[in-house]
Amino acid sequence: MAIKSSEPCGQQDPFPVDRADREGYRKFSDSLFLHIRPRTVPKSTLRFSLTWGLGGMAVVLVSLMFGTGILLKFVYLPVPDQAYESILHLQRNVTFGQLIRNIHYWSGNVLVLVVFLHLLRVFFTGAFLPPRQLNWIIGIGLFVTILLSNFTGYLMPWDQLAFWAITICMGMLDYIPVIGRWLQELVQGGPEVGAATLLNFYAIHTAILPALLFILMLSHFWRVRKAGGIVVPHNSEGDTSISRDSIPTIPHLILREVVVALVLLALLLVLSMLFDAPLENKANAGLSPDLIKAPWYFVGIQEMLIHIHPVISLFIMPVMIITALLTLPYLNYQANTAGVWFISTKGRKLALIAAATSLIATPMWILLDEYLINSGATILDITSFISNGLLPIGILCGVIYGFYALILKQNDANINEAVQSIFVLLLVAFIVLTITGIWFRGAGMKLMLPW
Amino acid sequence: MAKNKQIENTTVADSSRRSFLTKLWIGLGLLALFQTAGVVVAYLRPHRMKTKDDKLQSIVRAGPVESFPLDSVTAFIKGKFYLARLNDGGFLALSRKCTHLGCTVMWYRQDKKFVCPCHSSEFDIRGEVLDPPAPRALDTYRVSIENNVVNVDLDKRIKRSSFDRSHVAYPNSKSPA
Repeated sequence: MAIKSSEPCGQQDPFPVDRADREGYRKFSDSLFLHIRPRTVPKSTLRFSLTWGLGGMAVVLVSLMFGTGILLKFVYLPVPDQAYESILHLQRNVTFGQLIRNIHYWSGNVLVLVVFLHLLRVFFTGAFLPPRQLNWIIGIGLFVTILLSNFTGYLMPWDQLAFWAITICMGMLDYIPVIGRWLQELVQGGPEVGAATLLNFYAIHTAILPALLFILMLSHFWRVRKAGGIVVPHNSEGDTSISRDSIPTIPHLILREVVVALVLLALLLVLSMLFDAPLENKANAGLSPDLIKAPWYFVGIQEMLIHIHPVISLFIMPVMIITALLTLPYLNYQANTAGVWFISTKGRKLALIAAATSLIATPMWILLDEYLINSGATILDITSFISNGLLPIGILCGVIYGFYALILKQNDANINEAVQSIFVLLLVAFIVLTITGIWFRGAGMKLMLPW
Repeated sequence: MAKNKQIENTTVADSSRRSFLTKLWIGLGLLALFQTAGVVVAYLRPHRMKTKDDKLQSIVRAGPVESFPLDSVTAFIKGKFYLARLNDGGFLALSRKCTHLGCTVMWYRQDKKFVCPCHSSEFDIRGEVLDPPAPRALDTYRVSIENNVVNVDLDKRIKRSSFDRSHVAYPNSKSPA
């Protein structure tokens, strides 16, 4: 059976055999934009519920950020006595100014949610397993870059919300041992948040981070292609031959991507037309408002800070979390389970148990700590370091180990399922902390019901 | 045979020279990299006030000693500090930044304490912590009293863990060390 060099090695040739068609197709696929895609994709990877199109959505949102961000650069002034005013000017006098700002604000927030969900999807479908480990690392880098972009952008409006949220977050840097104070002054551009801070953040937000984002994104996409595209689901025997049915990228994949992009765009436009980006009173360094919270994506960390000694919650724990995320793909996993959501039926069951455990244990601990253990005492002495530092860490390790011994071992979970369950355990805990921080904390950071 | 040996010798000598030069290049390259990083960091670091004029500006003339009643706190918005006059007549200039995470504390005259609106830290008139989560007392600035006028040196911020009598300035006596 002679195989022509221009034909793919599939069982059927899905390409237009007609020469004119093929020429047309080749012209289309010679474009830079489309070149990043393969000529054919496995049919099974087209299923929407495999990836939920989250990566693609992230690309659309980042493009919106770049576009609206560039437009904003023509109006915004990164100087304390002009920043707030320039935004008022943008919203009142510039045609479509409010709309552009709203799109920038909503896309930015939806983007954090989308990339977080994308991270979860990649994790639960095992798309970080070999050969995709390095791409996971790059992905974490992208995630951090996006969080920093949101964070530095948060200061730009120079209103009370922006000024004090950033002041508090900068205050957190001071608790990092040894280099904390130096780092804080470097980022702030001085001993406190002021004109230098705004300019620093502006440079980081509009130059350094976009460049970094761009480079990382290119690397990220190329690696997806290098690994053979979207992770392919195996059937239960690990046999992939059936899943390898290939169909042409154009039009099948492109069409789906365009539809998702357009729907997302439409939703974002509706959101931006209905809800304005917030703008409070102009920043006043002499007056701290009653209620200052970190941006919603950092509220989980803030909630941890309320219960746990700052050196641990602001330094040791984040370092541990980042390290865990970075080493995740390099653990000694067993069979290659990529492509299947939650690995297996057992994996699904264990994940549910882990989620339920965390859902019950975390609020219990929050309440316990708030009302019984001396939660407010973050005085930097030995007693609070033990009661608010080592004790919670000890409890956490105990819970993880207890979960492992009682549930994972009993159910004979393999290492993939075990890692997944513990991931779910910690993930749900973090989500509960975030929800508590957003809706259950009122003035003076006291626990309260949201109604 | 001799020629082969010669070639062998030269190739061995070549590769050790090559490896030395390679290491040298790499070393110089790393040095250049560190120097560049140093230049960038030095460029970005916030500059310190060094000139005499700046130094003069940093001293705030708070006012004559008599204008401050005993056991009172006066807010200085421009200087971002509170001037407290204690019961025994001594002066303490307290930074208005809460030592927890940097919010501006407010003075409540009735309750005679500073309260931080962010996480409810409380300090007494001397800046000592009454209620956590603040980890230490409010920072103070050096106070000097000359010709019966209270001066606060904003360039000299003193971090302290708790109240220290040596930071208090008393009129009609030497300025604190």
